[in-house]
Amino acid sequence: MTLAIFLTLAVIAVITALLVVLSRNPVHSVLYLILTFFTIAGLYILLNAQFLAVVHIIVYSGAIMVLFLFVMMLLNLNKDTEPQKSNLWKIGGAVAAGMLLVTLVGAMRGGIELQAAAQPNSQVGLVENLGKVLFTDFVVPFEIAGILFLAAMVGAVLVGKRDLKL
Amino acid sequence: MLEAVPIEYFLYLCTLLFVIGVFGVLTRRNAIVVLMCIELMLNAVNLLLAAFSTYLSDAQGQILVFFIMVVAAAEAAVGLGILVMIYRNTKSTDISLLDQLRN
Repeated sequence: MTLAIFLTLAVIAVITALLVVLSRNPVHSVLYLILTFFTIAGLYILLNAQFLAVVHIIVYSGAIMVLFLFVMMLLNLNKDTEPQKSNLWKIGGAVAAGMLLVTLVGAMRGGIELQAAAQPNSQVGLVENLGKVLFTDFVVPFEIAGILFLAAMVGAVLVGKRDLKL
Repeated sequence: MLEAVPIEYFLYLCTLLFVIGVFGVLTRRNAIVVLMCIELMLNAVNLLLAAFSTYLSDAQGQILVFFIMVVAAAEAAVGLGILVMIYRNTKSTDISLLDQLRN
């Protein structure tokens, strides 16, 4: 049953990811990418990483993809203005990506010796456990992430201003 | 529950998603779609980190995923800001027009 759910989600994720890359209209690409993100959130739930699943839906589907759609509507992009690369570029890209896939899969087929956890703990992805780790062992990176957000916000506002007088 | 899905399946799925992202970056010319493909590659890596974290019962991998999401959000905001500025100057989001540094 778990395997069936995993396979269903995996197939949907791969198909929608391919449609992101292959669809001509960028608005369709964004919508397919949202579908991909939802299937990835489903996979997080399958891994019992509930905190990550919720944060993933809020951050990606809720914030980032809305930002992408907003910019796309703002710039009035559609199928007619969509620039296309020549077929030679597409074939070259496909060959390069396929060779990367072959290399990675070949490297992994050597077999990974994964030492399973001594005491398996299925509660590791819950909010309580992750919060404890985040605010004890990782509290300094957490604060630095806050500074990064502040810097990114200031940078985005400065970049977006129309005529900047310094 | 997790015994039903071997870790190799997650490895192959994430590799496939990552390669699709690479393919998109190589073949698309619209800068917004290129940014979206980068998000897809980041997500493939995130999923693999979460999978290993769960299989090893180690919370640190999921904390790392959380920080990657933080950086990805900042990156998307700044990247789209730069993109709007480029569009204002060139009236296009075609990345092949951005070769002024070459000469």
